[in-house]
Amino acid sequence: MKASLGGVRPWVLQRATALLALAFLLYFLLHLAIAPPDSHAEWRAWILSPLMRPALVLFVGAVALHAWVGTRDVILDYIKPLGLRLAALCLLALWLGATVAGAISALNTSS
Amino acid sequence: METGPASAMPERRTLKDPGGARPVFLNPLKVHLPVTATVSLAHRISGLILVLALPFLVLALAASLDAEAGGGGWLPLLKSIGGRICLLVFVWSLAHHTAAGVRHLLFDAGIGTSYPRARSSAWTVHAAAAIAVLAAAAALAFGARA
Repeated sequence: MKASLGGVRPWVLQRATALLALAFLLYFLLHLAIAPPDSHAEWRAWILSPLMRPALVLFVGAVALHAWVGTRDVILDYIKPLGLRLAALCLLALWLGATVAGAISALNTSS
Repeated sequence: METGPASAMPERRTLKDPGGARPVFLNPLKVHLPVTATVSLAHRISGLILVLALPFLVLALAASLDAEAGGGGWLPLLKSIGGRICLLVFVWSLAHHTAAGVRHLLFDAGIGTSYPRARSSAWTVHAAAAIAVLAAAAALAFGARA
């Protein structure tokens, strides 16, 4: 039990996903600042472009993993009773799972 | 009762009664936290806010891709006073969490780990988040577009 809750693996995962998310965020904001889409069609074309679509899925996946590690740490710090703890972790998993599934389905609309 | 009245044992200090006769209570609003601790605390709070925001961001993305005009029924909701406050809270959370995260990554790389430098970078994180919120508020107030 203890080995799965601590150690170097979540630590590395937290940093790797942070770097991925940071790189994507920088690109996204810079692109919005330099070449903001002028129309709804242009926005759609950019978001659904063959490079942006997988990049967004990767970003959402990285953020979900990052959120899992971080929120799990907070839950383990503040919620001590085992039942409540498991319930909170399940709720978190559902919350993040719904986020990833929703993002994939939103990006699956034909462009 | 393990310990007698404080007046009987004025010198006695235990874990339960560390101050001897003095009452000990920690009011979180009166405890002075160093700035590095406030960044750490804010990193957790902003992270939790971002987690709560995630599904709504996905809904907003889906709406922006679906609706003809972009946004659809979301725009009036976002433009309401509550929507604007939520937006600003989100901007603060994202800016603070990102800035504090970069500070952490720099620590991991061994950069800025001396206490004076860690203190000043902590102030920088708070300032960066505040500037982001001010910029977003200005954009909301003066952005006549749409």
